[in-house]
Amino acid sequence: MEMLRLATAGSVDDGKSTLIGRLLYDSKSIFEDQLESVERTSRQRGEEYTNLALLTDGLRAEREQGITIDVAYRYFATPRRKFIIADTPGHIQYTRNMVTGASTANVALILVDARKGVLEQSRRHAFLASLLRVPHLVLCVNKMDLVDYDRAIFESIRDEFKDFAAKLDINDLTTVPVSALNGDNVVTRSPNMTWYEGTSLLHYLEDLHIASDRNLIDVRFPVQYVVRPMHNAFHDYRGYAGTVAAGVLKAGDEVMVLPSGLTSTVESVDTFGGSVDEAFPPMSVTVRLTDDLDISRGDMLCRPHNVPAVGQDIEAMVAWMTDQPKLRPGQLLSLKHTTRQVRAKVMDLQYRINVTTLHRHEGVPHLGLNEIGRVRLRTTQPLFFDEYRRNRVTGSFILVDEASGTTAGAGMIIRS
Amino acid sequence: MRAMRYELSHLDMLEAESIHIMREVAAEFERPVLLFSGGKDSIVMLRLAEKAFWPAKPPFPLMHVDTGHNFAEVIDYRDRRVAEVGLRLVVASVQQAIDEGKIDDETGPRASRNQLQTAVLLEGIEQNQFDAVFGGARRDEEKARAKERVYSFRDEFGQWDPKNQRPELWSLYNSRHKRGQHIRIFPLSNWTELDVWQYIDREEIEIPSIYFAHKRKVYRRDGMLLAFGPQVTLLDGEETVVETVRYRTVGDMSCTGAVLSGARTVTEIIDEVASTRITERGATRADDKVSEAAMEDRKREGYF
Repeated sequence: MEMLRLATAGSVDDGKSTLIGRLLYDSKSIFEDQLESVERTSRQRGEEYTNLALLTDGLRAEREQGITIDVAYRYFATPRRKFIIADTPGHIQYTRNMVTGASTANVALILVDARKGVLEQSRRHAFLASLLRVPHLVLCVNKMDLVDYDRAIFESIRDEFKDFAAKLDINDLTTVPVSALNGDNVVTRSPNMTWYEGTSLLHYLEDLHIASDRNLIDVRFPVQYVVRPMHNAFHDYRGYAGTVAAGVLKAGDEVMVLPSGLTSTVESVDTFGGSVDEAFPPMSVTVRLTDDLDISRGDMLCRPHNVPAVGQDIEAMVAWMTDQPKLRPGQLLSLKHTTRQVRAKVMDLQYRINVTTLHRHEGVPHLGLNEIGRVRLRTTQPLFFDEYRRNRVTGSFILVDEASGTTAGAGMIIRS
Repeated sequence: MRAMRYELSHLDMLEAESIHIMREVAAEFERPVLLFSGGKDSIVMLRLAEKAFWPAKPPFPLMHVDTGHNFAEVIDYRDRRVAEVGLRLVVASVQQAIDEGKIDDETGPRASRNQLQTAVLLEGIEQNQFDAVFGGARRDEEKARAKERVYSFRDEFGQWDPKNQRPELWSLYNSRHKRGQHIRIFPLSNWTELDVWQYIDREEIEIPSIYFAHKRKVYRRDGMLLAFGPQVTLLDGEETVVETVRYRTVGDMSCTGAVLSGARTVTEIIDEVASTRITERGATRADDKVSEAAMEDRKREGYF
């Protein structure tokens, strides 16, 4: 059974919680005690319908204020796939939360209300999904029951969204007309929309081909940990543990080590169960080489004729996630990229992007909470990286504020 | 199920993610520790730790917060497993803390040592200067946990601040902390109860016998079946009965309920879990029933 990660975006008004509730309920992933607890709370509050948002809003402050504060993770499985939903709130801190949820997602699901059409918020969500390069995007036009399942309304929303999406870097866009409340096109095809020729949302999610979204070409193996057993049975064992970021590694392959530039050959790819023939993303393995080289955490294995960029000057789109401090030129931050920890200086803030209009504002002094901009950084040590559009692992980094320790920024590398 | 080339099953992906997290912690922290109770989640954690560093031993000790009201079968299992992997076990004892007058035992028929664990856990962390504490908590267990990070930051008092969590992106974990602070690490965050059982089945890992159906003297309280033992005082109207039960979670005897079950093998447990309609904690944990936000409140104070 494969695993698929889904990020959902939208506000309560769009019926996002109802849609998630429907997916969980129809796949029998909501338990009786959870449903009872939600029904009880709904009744106490005098709400007319069972408020399925209460299923995901777990924190006391959220229940008290009726808002969703944070990314919530939900799990459900069908006989064909295990699903992880990163459910992000639509209003509050939407950028920070959606960037977080989208960073690991295979699919982004954006909801619009069929009566309201494409809103500013829908554009923002589409932009963020494209910025984070979520490989597949699904637009759910919800509440079709409230517009009499009208095909023309659906098509006009779909076309408007497509026009906007054309300006973005979106590879794969699918649109599904649904009614989360009634279950139309959520799990099974709806008899109310016979004009719709696509599949139900769940069927789409179960069937979507995601294996090819990984980069199996450019071998990238960031060394995470050096395994040295120090006991007699494995006296001379020296293995480089890590997670394959891209490409396929196997015994006999010639590899180059960065930063040294030395080459060697893969002796074996080890796991607890023994050696494996091949390692590919996102496997966690231990690689042994035929030569005794000086390799430590933060180094990277690649192929001699396919190496990442090596350098200290980086250009990236940065999403800023804290108000204290703001990102500004001259600032010194801690930067984590693959298994490398370095310091970085902000050399230049080229522009801030308006996430709704995509307009670029040049000459801004800083980036505040939930703002996104193009930034030039210089690092204390070289990084081994690729463009984010080519590799989400070797193209991403986080920025950490050294005073507070918080994760202050998320970076997607454009080029060196 | 067809196995395409370069395709991983959900268990393989979950395993790879957990191993990645464990290696990251071993590389970036000075003094990690893995909480090991002999419960199924910590059993899976220990197996993952063995895998992550093989053929070396995991580079950290284990710690058990022992309430003194544990199931004997589980303690036997714990000691056997610890000897097998050859790691050091730190036991943080609630009984000892009570004996030394550091904390007061609850009294009365509804006494529970569940709350007391938090203080003993925090003291164990402080005394040993642990800076990273691996726990087996999963996000599917409870709604406060659904929002907790894999790296869950704790201040000098061990407190969790749910509204002020660090964003967690890609697989880039932020290990930054000051002396005296620590980070709870939850490598099983994305696993469900069913995943855990499927993994135990696939890996053929031994588990304590109380997870399988057995006859036990129990009494009914707050809709749960609790084990009868010398520490239990029955309330008016309560009586003991012998039932065929098994445990879905392993915790303190005073607040961990058994479920009626005939499941005698891991496969039968998987069938039962797959068809059950009540959450694991909802069915079996009295400690979560105190209020809607009982788990959140305990977590804020530094609970597991």
